[in-house]
Amino acid sequence: MFNILGKRYLFFGISLLLILPGFLLLIFYGLNLSVDFTGGTLVEISFESGTPPPLEDIVGIYNQFDISDVQVQTTGDNTIISRSSYLEDKTRADILTAIEQSAGEQVTIVRIDSVGATIGQEVTLRAALAIAVAALIVVVYITFAFRGMPNAFRNGVCAIIAEIHDVLIIFSLLMIGGVLWGWQIDALFLTALLTVIGFSVQDTIVVFDRIRENSVIYRRLPFETLVNHSIIQTLQRSINTQLMTVEFMLLALVLFGGLTLRQFSVILLVGLFSGTYSSIFVAAPVLVVWENREWQNWFGRGKKKQQAAN
Amino acid sequence: MRIYRWLIIILIVVAFAIWIDLPNNPGIHIFGIDRNIDTRLGLDLVGGVQALLEADLPEGTQVDAEKMQTATRIVENRVNGLGVTEALVQQAGENRIVVELPGIEDPTEAIATIQETGLLEFVDMGSNPLPPGTVVVTDFATSESDQPAEGQQVLQTVMTGDKIENVQVSRDNSGQYVIQFKLDSEGAQIFSDYTTAHVGDYLGIVLDKTVISAPVVNEPITEGEGVISGSFTVESANNLAIQLRYGSLPIPLKVVETRTIGPSLGQDSLDKSLVALLIGFIVVILFMAIYYRLPGILADVSIIIYATVTFAIFRYMPVTLTLPGIAGFMLSTGSALDANILIFERLKEELRAGRKLNQAVDIAWKRAWPSIRDSNIATLITCAILFWFGSSFGATIVKGFSLTLAIGVTISLFTALVVTRVFLNLVLGYLRDKNYSRWFGI
Repeated sequence: MFNILGKRYLFFGISLLLILPGFLLLIFYGLNLSVDFTGGTLVEISFESGTPPPLEDIVGIYNQFDISDVQVQTTGDNTIISRSSYLEDKTRADILTAIEQSAGEQVTIVRIDSVGATIGQEVTLRAALAIAVAALIVVVYITFAFRGMPNAFRNGVCAIIAEIHDVLIIFSLLMIGGVLWGWQIDALFLTALLTVIGFSVQDTIVVFDRIRENSVIYRRLPFETLVNHSIIQTLQRSINTQLMTVEFMLLALVLFGGLTLRQFSVILLVGLFSGTYSSIFVAAPVLVVWENREWQNWFGRGKKKQQAAN
Repeated sequence: MRIYRWLIIILIVVAFAIWIDLPNNPGIHIFGIDRNIDTRLGLDLVGGVQALLEADLPEGTQVDAEKMQTATRIVENRVNGLGVTEALVQQAGENRIVVELPGIEDPTEAIATIQETGLLEFVDMGSNPLPPGTVVVTDFATSESDQPAEGQQVLQTVMTGDKIENVQVSRDNSGQYVIQFKLDSEGAQIFSDYTTAHVGDYLGIVLDKTVISAPVVNEPITEGEGVISGSFTVESANNLAIQLRYGSLPIPLKVVETRTIGPSLGQDSLDKSLVALLIGFIVVILFMAIYYRLPGILADVSIIIYATVTFAIFRYMPVTLTLPGIAGFMLSTGSALDANILIFERLKEELRAGRKLNQAVDIAWKRAWPSIRDSNIATLITCAILFWFGSSFGATIVKGFSLTLAIGVTISLFTALVVTRVFLNLVLGYLRDKNYSRWFGI
């Protein structure tokens, strides 16, 4: 039989290795927040003729209206995106007219997002609050659902640790995507994040449920063996549910779903995979680490004890 | 016998769901229920404008809930006046209003019409008319903060626009757009008294404290009818008419967020997501049938029933489908499959352990239930928080997502626990083959 738990520190290492790039990129590049959070106006327009005017011209037009903090970039063949501080409706309409005059053609509005600065901050605050509240209630619920087990509270905390792991993984992915493809933290990312959190907990509960059930049947088994056994038993279900069904659907969405949803579906794809991975390789092992109080053995202290025991 | 009772219930539910899903469903109009049924697509799929309006009051002012409701109603009336089909106006939190205008490409004009206070005043300008565009101070203060500055001229308001009963846009002799209005009896009396006493004076027409025009009173106007002229275009005349018709807003509103989605982007996303969804769905259906054999095929039937019923609920409620909404639907499909997979993996285990088929089926359901229950409840908790989060400040994306996910998860519980089980029990009755390893893929 596979001994997954025996290699638990290897899996913790792998997770750290995946999470680390996110932190490094955060230090060097900072957070790439969209106007949803910072407030501001994003204008995405496309030019039918296929030749958008030079980007300096667009910046120049914004400058004429006393908007000096504009950033313009091209995406695709004939589309440009400009981001600036919040524009009043009137100013925005005037800028668009000026761009049309300068380009000598009608532009097509792909999308315009205009968010006031205060509301942007409010979104950030409430999002953080929503996540915190959700995490808290889930811990309470799991503690309640697993009340038959000793230390039910640990299950809840471990589920949340796995959840944080998944959040950090997609955060790392987002930072990499941000550097490579200009991904931003926007409202859709928030939706993806919350979905991953929901699914992560759902998946962890399935594994924990098996531990709960087995702990009644095999009272004599050491906890570590019991947990390993439970993981193996639920492995087939994890693979089938995650890889074969959910991931297939998301893969289809990544491949055929169009550009608007690409960032969203890639993040979900990785995030939900991580949600399953973390139930097996993070949540359950941490439960064992906790049960064995292994931190007493960390940093070499354990060797002395073992030697003493020998 | 219980199986057949459940089967009948399932068939009735499915038949009803299919009827609702029919593309040209006539709607339900019996027993006092009056409801049209159609698929509502969100702005991100059809294109349009979303705006978030906020009460524009000084810091720390408590928003009067009743006034806010009135403002929302007036905004709704104005939106309807614009003639936008399937528009949505909703209060979000205590001081915001979400407005969604599908199909509108240029938001500026439409949003201005909705958002401007639309307070029309007839003011006494004596013998000194002020030119159009002048910002004035009148003695009709909308709020405490409107106090005039030192030495500023305060004009006397004769009457406000709420006495106007009827307005109409027309053109005068020179082809200019004008707005004809008719006052109610009280207004007609005030107007009559004033114009009789002030022949030769100028009567300023002021909208939101800005002068539109200042005609001279040539003769007493006793009929309660009049004309507002200014340099109107057909749009600005229509928009002012809309504002006058539905009254001025009791609370000034400002735009704090607008989102415009071009129709091409929406259509593109819709087509592609639907294709993606279909491909994903077919692959999953095939996987279930090949891997789990007989129960897999039954699960496929129950997944299709799940999709039919969920879609019917979306159409009936109605739930506006946005891209994240479709993603939520997709994820709940994953949940529905997960429930089936959990049960079937359990069933295989029990069969391998040498249990009899009927017994194994019972145990599989019983043992899989706690994990299905607890995991789905956790998802529903998250959905509830997301929904609260989404509706409290008008983040319709998050709201749409959590709503479809929650509905989907609820229905998935029903299909996995009832539909698949009833079908499986039904088929087991006809299963003579003792060698069921072939049927169950063990």
